[in-house]
Amino acid sequence: MSQMSTHYPDATRIETVNRHTLAIVVDNEPGVLARIAGLFSGRGYNIESLTVTETEHEAHISRITIVTTGTDSIIEQIKSQLGRLVPVHRVVDLTLTGDAVERELCLVKVVGKGDHRVEAMRLASAFGARTLDATLTSFVYELTGSTEEVERFIKLMTAVGLVEVSRTGVAAMARGAEGM
Amino acid sequence: MSETMTGAEMVIRALQDQGVEHIFGYPGGAVLPIYDALFHQDKVKHILVRHEQGAVHAAEGYARSSGKVGVVLVTSGPGATNAVTGLADAMMDSIPLVCITGQVPTHLIGSDAFQECDTVGITRHCTKHNYLVKSIEDLPRILHEAFYVASNGRPGPVVVDLPKDIQFTPGSYSRPVNNQHKTYRPAVKGDMDKIRAAIELMANAKRPVFYTGGGVINSGPHAASLLRELVRLTGFPITSTLMGLGAYPASDPQFLGMLGMHGTYEANLAMHECDVMINIGARFDDRITGRLDAFSPYSKRIHVDIDPSSINKNVKVDLPIIGDCAHVLEDMVRLWRQTAPQIDKVALKDWTNKIEGWRARNCLAYRPSNETIKPQYAIQRLYELTKGRETYVTTEVGQHQMWAAQYFKFEDPNRWMTSGGLGTMGYGLPAAIGAQLANPKALVVDIAGEASILMNMQEMSTAVQYRLPVKIFILNNEYMGMVRQWQELLHGGRYSQSYSESLPDFVKLAEAYGGVGMRCDKPADLDAAILEMIHVNRPVIFDCIVDKTENCFPMIPSGKAHNEMLLNDYLGETGTDIGSVIDEKGKMLV
Ligand SMILES: Cc1ncc(C[n+]2csc(CCOP(=O)(O)OP(=O)(O)O)c2C)c(N)n1
Ligand SMILES: [Mg+2]
Repeated sequence: MSQMSTHYPDATRIETVNRHTLAIVVDNEPGVLARIAGLFSGRGYNIESLTVTETEHEAHISRITIVTTGTDSIIEQIKSQLGRLVPVHRVVDLTLTGDAVERELCLVKVVGKGDHRVEAMRLASAFGARTLDATLTSFVYELTGSTEEVERFIKLMTAVGLVEVSRTGVAAMARGAEGM
Repeated sequence: MSETMTGAEMVIRALQDQGVEHIFGYPGGAVLPIYDALFHQDKVKHILVRHEQGAVHAAEGYARSSGKVGVVLVTSGPGATNAVTGLADAMMDSIPLVCITGQVPTHLIGSDAFQECDTVGITRHCTKHNYLVKSIEDLPRILHEAFYVASNGRPGPVVVDLPKDIQFTPGSYSRPVNNQHKTYRPAVKGDMDKIRAAIELMANAKRPVFYTGGGVINSGPHAASLLRELVRLTGFPITSTLMGLGAYPASDPQFLGMLGMHGTYEANLAMHECDVMINIGARFDDRITGRLDAFSPYSKRIHVDIDPSSINKNVKVDLPIIGDCAHVLEDMVRLWRQTAPQIDKVALKDWTNKIEGWRARNCLAYRPSNETIKPQYAIQRLYELTKGRETYVTTEVGQHQMWAAQYFKFEDPNRWMTSGGLGTMGYGLPAAIGAQLANPKALVVDIAGEASILMNMQEMSTAVQYRLPVKIFILNNEYMGMVRQWQELLHGGRYSQSYSESLPDFVKLAEAYGGVGMRCDKPADLDAAILEMIHVNRPVIFDCIVDKTENCFPMIPSGKAHNEMLLNDYLGETGTDIGSVIDEKGKMLV
């Protein structure tokens, strides 16, 4: 630590905004999601995606996965503000623990005939999407993949008659043998 | 051993088991079963307030002056919404409270029933935690957990919302073996490596300063005595936030007075020039830091806080230590003694001399007067004449609050109660009632403004009913003085709505409530009047007519740094324009 260092921000430094995926283990009690969502809106943080379900029924424990963006100091604040909530057991920043596996599931409905229909089928098989429903004029596909993959898929489908999308948001887990 | 009883009885039993002696409340339809259970016992005494906001502030005053958890009982709907300001106040100032609110019966929740409101929704972000009790089986655990959550870690208010049907339902109650929360376990012990590093940083400091806050008070009297020990061992100067006053004796030569927006010249300059800052239980609030990018530019910062979210929130620190102040201070004292560091005596002497130079500036000096009572003088006399006693001081919000902080010297923790974070006018009288109840023999004074006091004036009735001889000492300047001061600074002296028109006659008002009214407007009569007030063993409203034009200095205007303070003599002899000192950007700030 140097003697007279200052805490003035550097004149032209612009802090970069990064995307982080947080895994939050909480008591599955009423209002816990409202607490977390309210914390983000109340303090002006971003939520890009949020998923939640009970993961241990017996213990009433849920896992919430949030994808958020912010500067390093905002991300640090988000994590400690989350940690302060009484029903929150743990907050793990999967982005910092190394490259986590992140997946989301999307359902898309495409409607069309002729070339569009053929192209939709080709794209679906190129992405490895599953066909969940088909009529003479429509398909419902299921695709599981990274957010980027899902987004590319949806963009392409838009050109061939996409009428509806439903996405789960990101589920994520750290790689390797260690559990959370 | 478990016993069968109704939910309402469980509430009272749990309070008894927690050792609660007093609760503050107001009845209504949704809590009648609890009031009935209260009726059948006399261990828990109920103080009937006149407004639910008063109940919460009274519980805050009780908690802050006694170190116990304050307890509130209010009805659903308007009872709960009236309590919200108090809850937000306790949240901002980290005061441990348990507030039990009645709720409409479970099957009516969500139907817009009479006096229904979404209490847990409304209070979610102004409480540390809240519960809606949905079954009688959960009730005993929740009641005890509420006390644990309120008082462990960074303290705060907890709401337990209890539907009326559950109050009637019988269930089995047993006192939990330990009333912990199943997972909530805030760390109290600091990381030893970090503490060691802190001691090393302190040992090598040339211009150190302690900056301490409400965390030391919240951590208990033991923390305050450890702080005194450490400060004396090191010989370093110390300043305190508004919330931390009394943790270190104000009369001690090492104490620089309060820092921040209305802090002393020496405290703020010491913060600006220091090379090592030791923050213990303070949170770098914006009233403290002033302009952030010019805040204490040369310092390495140590920050001890029990709440990890306080670390690096407003100000980046070099050495965060997460833990309870008393625990960390204990380790610091021990390590300092063990290592007996070779401090740089020459540098420290220079630093002390520099600080004494700033102190010689005498920033709290004001122009005395023989005709009108200067508000600063009134506080000084109040302090001098109550010095030898066990005195508790609460305040409302405004100039009088800052003058109280500047001129009343607090020697002990838990003697000073003011609304710091939320700045709630109307806090002082109910808080004084709570403090008086917790300390029946003590002198309790609410230093008030004539505008603020009217916000919870009705609590005078409570004071009279329970024979609580609180003293309301109004610095009556006929203005919302702090608003007027800001209008002079920011808005060309256009006093929009800040004149206190149509004030009541406070002497008659006191008498109408069944208390004692006094008035004083001459400096020469002040001492005798204050002494008389002290000796009256009944609630008193003391209408102290003070100079209407006095402003509160020193002041760091919004958007300015610690070394850009305005001092009392800035005005010169004529005392006109202070409007030119804040730039356009500063005017945007609060
Ligand atoms: C509930 C509430 N409303 C408004 C304010 C804004 N405010 C801060 S100080 C003040 C004036 C207080 O006047 P007074 O009680 O006479 O105190 P003085 O400043 O004159 O000492 C006002 C309106 C506040 N702090 N709290
Ligand atoms: Mg006033």
